[in-house]
Amino acid sequence: MLSLIVFWPALVAAVLLCVPARVPPKVFVGAWIAASLVDLVLIGVVWVGLPAGGGYGFEERVVWIPTAGISYHVGVDGLSLPLLALTGVLFTACAVFAWRETRRVKAYVTLFLALQAVSLGLFVALDLILFFVFFDLSIVFMYFVIAGWGHGAAARGAALRFFLYTFLGSLALLLGFILLFLAAVPHTFDIPELVAANPLAGGGLYSGLTLLAIGVGLAVKTPSVPFHTWLPPAHTEAPATGSAVLAGVLLKMGTYGFVRIAMPLLPATWRDYAMVVVIVGVVSVVYGALVALAQTDLKRMIAYTSINHMGYVLLGVGAAGLVAGSDEQARQLATTGAVTQMVSHGLITGALFLLAGVLHDRGGTYDMGAYSGLAARVPRFAGLFVIAAFASLGLPGFSGFIAEFQIFTGALGAAPVPTAVAVTGIVVTAGLFLLAVQRLLLGPLRVPDAPGTPRPFPDVRVSEALAVVPLLVLVVVLGVVPRVLLDVIEPASRTLVDLVSR
Amino acid sequence: MNENPVALLPELLLLGSAVFGLLLGAWTPRRHQGRIRWLATAACVAGLAATAAGALAPPQLVFGASYAIDPTTTATRAIVLVATLLAIWLSADAVAGHPREAEYTVLVQLAALGAIVMGGAQDLLLLAAAFLLASVPLYALAGWAADGRATEAAMKYYLSGAFTGVALLAGVTLLYGAGGATGYPALRVGLAAGPAAVAAVGLVAVLAGLMFKAGAVPAQFWVPDVTDGTPAPVAAVVTTIPKIGALVATYRLLVEAVPAAVVDWPLLVAVIAAASVTLGNLGAFFQTSVQRLLAYSTISQVGYLLMGVAVAGRSTLALPGLLFYLAGYAVTNLAVFAVAAAVPTARTLDDHRGLARRRPLLAASLVVGLLGLVGTPPTAVFLGKLTLFTAAVDGGMAWLAVLAVVNTVASVFYYLRWIAPAFAAPDPEHPLPGGRTPVATTVAVTAAVASVVLGIAGGAVLPLLGR
Repeated sequence: MLSLIVFWPALVAAVLLCVPARVPPKVFVGAWIAASLVDLVLIGVVWVGLPAGGGYGFEERVVWIPTAGISYHVGVDGLSLPLLALTGVLFTACAVFAWRETRRVKAYVTLFLALQAVSLGLFVALDLILFFVFFDLSIVFMYFVIAGWGHGAAARGAALRFFLYTFLGSLALLLGFILLFLAAVPHTFDIPELVAANPLAGGGLYSGLTLLAIGVGLAVKTPSVPFHTWLPPAHTEAPATGSAVLAGVLLKMGTYGFVRIAMPLLPATWRDYAMVVVIVGVVSVVYGALVALAQTDLKRMIAYTSINHMGYVLLGVGAAGLVAGSDEQARQLATTGAVTQMVSHGLITGALFLLAGVLHDRGGTYDMGAYSGLAARVPRFAGLFVIAAFASLGLPGFSGFIAEFQIFTGALGAAPVPTAVAVTGIVVTAGLFLLAVQRLLLGPLRVPDAPGTPRPFPDVRVSEALAVVPLLVLVVVLGVVPRVLLDVIEPASRTLVDLVSR
Repeated sequence: MNENPVALLPELLLLGSAVFGLLLGAWTPRRHQGRIRWLATAACVAGLAATAAGALAPPQLVFGASYAIDPTTTATRAIVLVATLLAIWLSADAVAGHPREAEYTVLVQLAALGAIVMGGAQDLLLLAAAFLLASVPLYALAGWAADGRATEAAMKYYLSGAFTGVALLAGVTLLYGAGGATGYPALRVGLAAGPAAVAAVGLVAVLAGLMFKAGAVPAQFWVPDVTDGTPAPVAAVVTTIPKIGALVATYRLLVEAVPAAVVDWPLLVAVIAAASVTLGNLGAFFQTSVQRLLAYSTISQVGYLLMGVAVAGRSTLALPGLLFYLAGYAVTNLAVFAVAAAVPTARTLDDHRGLARRRPLLAASLVVGLLGLVGTPPTAVFLGKLTLFTAAVDGGMAWLAVLAVVNTVASVFYYLRWIAPAFAAPDPEHPLPGGRTPVATTVAVTAAVASVVLGIAGGAVLPLLGR
């Protein structure tokens, strides 16, 4: 079942590769939308069939490279299923959004389908090498998306920087995986087996170096300060759908790695260095928010708020390791909040980047100074943007609030000062989004013109609305009835907290 | 004494096909010279079949215990024969109708024969003979194009080879003097009791010759000039086939003949590996010529391969990792050179602008090949790197693994410098020249597919290589 979910997009991509490029572009995009919807249905089946008491569901295991302890092992639990669903939803939204794409559509659609397959695969992988394979391939495919469909000449430089940084991260990760592999007896890369064996329960230098390698690898992808410098240029230069996938799915690979690999496999060391993670998280929160405040480029601003939001996730997973000074319930709350934040950020930021793409499509620039008073000209765009902005700043009633509230409540007892500092991030984010709303939507009407003639500035089109609205609906649903999501996450986060504190 | 010639069937087939091909070439009109290629193909395929059949027999030493037929030799045979097949065909477009077409195929086969014998040699004297057999045909091959650049390349190659060859012979003499034997098992016993200083000098001298064949630091100076100065098909052979023999020979010599207690060869090899990886990468960084870039890339690849030699005997993954990496390297490197051979007029990176639009299959092979050399999963080199990195950490050389990881990241930079123009919009003023190179394109695609398949099917292949 999971293999079908993962390889279905790849299969469709392979079929589309055989279709001549002369075929109308709508055929390719249509096939992508249909494939994504099928995948969504399959993910829905998995959601319904997930075992209620925690543990892995839909496991599949095939021997792959037994001499090196590698197997093809997939499965889902409450930590991975929400992200699997998020991936399915976001790619479907991107597929719908790409309806009007005209540039080399065949290559574009096949590339995205391949990216979709590896992203789905990463979240179901239960083998470290399988995880790494998908992790690395996501970098390769995203490189081609940015370099091939980015805005202009700067795109290639941004893509290169993205590749180099995240590749460095992935190799640090590989080194950590090798250290884990060698520590276990018998040697294995299998995650559940490593969890059960807990080879590095004693902590110590070896374990510390392993966590350092894995932590750096994941922090680059997350990204957290100081490994974040690849993110703003990559986002600015990527096409709208690329940005949405990059922020919504690829960044989650880093934070997911923490809850799937770093915490359960290195519990003792995680507890020792949990405060470091908390502090890195808080620095990311504050730094991301402050730098976002100073941006005039809309996409750069959203990119920096991503660093801010990922900081909350780190705060949550770090707090889950602070065993002394907090009770189990608080740590569980922080973990659940962190996973919820991943889902919530994916939906909200995905919507925001797609809306930024709408703006760029009309005005040809992301510079917020070039626009003003859009609320009068394009009311539907204004409405969607305001909803997404409010959701992103953590207003109650949206999913972001549920996530951040849980993280703060869970972390406050164990780390009161860092949590208090992190709360200021919310204030700054609120300020910057209100400022952006004010600059773009209010005031006298001003839109950038093409040289000579005024540019037509139509409102959100149907295909664009069909992509963005479902994301925002989900944000509201999760904000109003969060139990839908929390019921899935909580058993898994309970297990995780137990594993960390053993 | 076991002197059963059937045990050497793959080697004899190569030799027979080379000699017969030379004679046949002299009696064949120029437009029919393609026959010699088919003859060589038949010999390689038959050799592969014989290799597979021989793999079923228990390991044995033949011809006065000078030549080992064991899983390592079997793997060397298989890798070299597949590489030879690919190399012969990737050159088909370039050499068809050339006045020295037959010679090309014959020289490649003789060099391949030398590489196989190097890998199986279990005696210093046979190693020295195999070194010459693997070198001399390649000197001639380097000058095959017979233009100014090729002549210079051949000259440089020959001079470096002569110098390191003499060093190798001197080293063999010293080792014989120190150990009192030339067969590896007896030599090991002798060296353990003999003078350590003489053994160390002798070993360093022998390694000089082997590192020359492998194209590793400090005997790497010929690599850029020869690779850049010769046509892509020749460069492909020179940077692939001798490396296989040289690395297996180095592994065998160190593990079976030299006790690490007498000479600290693991550290020596680790330093060579580190230097090769780093200098190769630094050299490749800002190259504009495709083949010069690839030349430096092969130097750094040898460094990764030498990691497996450095931890030989200290990690069970060292030997399978080394052999698997060799197999992956051979097909991946040949895939990239096949792309270069398929667009012979595009010598610089910028000449490849618009490749993806004009020849998408070739561009796809290029991406798979170059990212494969980086070590992106699921290609074969990734699995090779994974096993060798694991072996290095396991063998107590974590610093080498970290250095290799840093270098791998750095290597992405220059490989992408070739991928980026290939996917850029075509340059209207300098369009990519046309020209039909169907065979080279097919080889490029085949080799790229093979590198991915080998990576995915690694689980089936890896156990065959280990001990």
